[in-house]
Amino acid sequence: MAGIGFRTLLYKEVLRFWKVAFQTIAAPVLTAVLYLLIFAQALRGTTEPFPGVSYAQFLVPGLAMMSMLQNAFANSSSSLIQSKITGNILFILLPPLSHWDLYWAYLLASVARAIAVGAGVFLVAVLMADVPVRHPLWGLAFALIGSGMLGAMGIIAGLWADKFDQMAAFQNFIIMPLTFLSGVFYSIQGLPPVWQAVSHLNPFFYVIDGFRFGFFGQADVSPWLSLAVASTAFLAVSLVTVGLLKSGYKLRH
Amino acid sequence: MTSAVSIRGVEKRFGSLRALDQVSLEIEQGEFFALLGPNGAGKTTLISALGGLVRPDAGQLAVMGHDVAADYRLARARLGIVPQEIVFDPFFSVRETLFIQAGYFGIPRSAALTAWVDELLHKLALTVKADNNMRQLSGGMKRRVLVAQALVHRPPVIVLDEPTAGVDVELRQTLWAFVRELNQAGHTILLTTHYLEEAQQLCQRIAMLKQGRVVALERTEDLLSAFSDRVLRVKIEGSLKADLAARARPADDGWIEFVLHDLAEVEPLLASLRSTGVAVRRMEVTEPDLEEVFLHVMETH
Ligand SMILES: Nc1ncnc2c1ncn2[C@@H]1O[C@H](COP(=O)(O)OP(=O)(O)O)[C@@H](O)[C@H]1O
Ligand SMILES: [Mg+2]
Repeated sequence: MAGIGFRTLLYKEVLRFWKVAFQTIAAPVLTAVLYLLIFAQALRGTTEPFPGVSYAQFLVPGLAMMSMLQNAFANSSSSLIQSKITGNILFILLPPLSHWDLYWAYLLASVARAIAVGAGVFLVAVLMADVPVRHPLWGLAFALIGSGMLGAMGIIAGLWADKFDQMAAFQNFIIMPLTFLSGVFYSIQGLPPVWQAVSHLNPFFYVIDGFRFGFFGQADVSPWLSLAVASTAFLAVSLVTVGLLKSGYKLRH
Repeated sequence: MTSAVSIRGVEKRFGSLRALDQVSLEIEQGEFFALLGPNGAGKTTLISALGGLVRPDAGQLAVMGHDVAADYRLARARLGIVPQEIVFDPFFSVRETLFIQAGYFGIPRSAALTAWVDELLHKLALTVKADNNMRQLSGGMKRRVLVAQALVHRPPVIVLDEPTAGVDVELRQTLWAFVRELNQAGHTILLTTHYLEEAQQLCQRIAMLKQGRVVALERTEDLLSAFSDRVLRVKIEGSLKADLAARARPADDGWIEFVLHDLAEVEPLLASLRSTGVAVRRMEVTEPDLEEVFLHVMETH
């Protein structure tokens, strides 16, 4: 796994988003900060989601995680589909790279971009709302698992989609609903029971809830449960991803 | 000695289309080999199967004795493919592209690699463009970068899929000089091209593909002598006697042609022209032509 081939592909994938960091990091940070400004302002004075946690504070980890998930997905999926459509995917199909090399390189580049975006959102947000960090390791664990899961889903989408509009459909009909219905903007305890039950089926919910625990030491469910569900989901998505890469799905005809 | 390229009973269907039909070929190490055939014959598909881009429905392919499926890492490390289509990564410069490609093949950054990259850039007349972004290069330059990319890991087997399409004459010469040099240094070359005279000049052996089947596989000179003849062309004053007139065939522009099965036939032919009072004003002997062979083979299969 740590061969020169893998490292080169990781380097190239990181360079690819880093060279256009304005679009790939600064822009999503700005979007998240705008959300934060607008929602925190509009919903000021609503009941505290957790005791001692204002709505603005509550919003910060959720928004940071949402940005991380979306950018992790965007990184691997856009890189793969662009390479497929332009044909330069050839450059990584002809060398002796294994399916594990591809999996880890695309995954870790996605995680790197997600962490950069998440850190950016957090740094700007703490200037606006004083957010505690009670359990940084819990926070980090969910940041890695969440962006890893979405990086892997991005690989699947990038392999599957043949055109940009198919990719947009994947994003709009799968990734966006799962993200928005995961409790980024609210605590699911305020939801009717049916929607609470539905939220509990969404793996993104556990990622965000567990991540929030890292900041406030409070969450809707136990961080251990979140860890178990999120890791299982990550593992399941990864198994599919590695399987597809190994089979050469839509890469080798 | 292990074959450089071994292709055995390879079949590939795309839906109902048989792109490759029982293709078998052995290419020896150090050979300069041409794969010819009309558009859609399956040349690119066969090359893609060798590179693992296409998975055959049946048969085996090996590079330097390494199966392209079971030992794909060993096989691919020994193979350099210049693809037919021009592709590039718009994020990088020429030099970055080459270093990254070397990295994919497990070659660490070192003084030796830098020297080899510089040499490739020089040989392919890319030095002045080395630090330009790929987007800024012309089509011919992008193609030369593809050649450099295929060579960056010094593969013993080099495959060029129509490398001179869209490349101007001067650069074509430069490219062939370099490829010839690589061949003399021991690299095996597999080439497809539409310019048959290139194949005729460069290649020791030729395979012709038609609708996915190998329809000819011979040494270039055997192929030429089996299907194409030398021709004695003359312009004369006076008229031919009956026996000579029967052998002659009229050609454009007042030329008269005599098909030669052997060069030794020239002397007696000229002697009988002279003895019948015919004066030869101009004369030339044309060598066998691969184009003629190609057309003949394609028609008869
Ligand atoms: N991925 C593919 N899907 C379907 N048909 C294909 C594919 N690749 C090649 N073909 C078909 O296979 C045949 C051989 O193509 P190709 O190998 O590109 O020919 P050549 O390189 O000799 O011009 C053609 O009829 C082509 O349309
Ligand atoms: Mg072709």
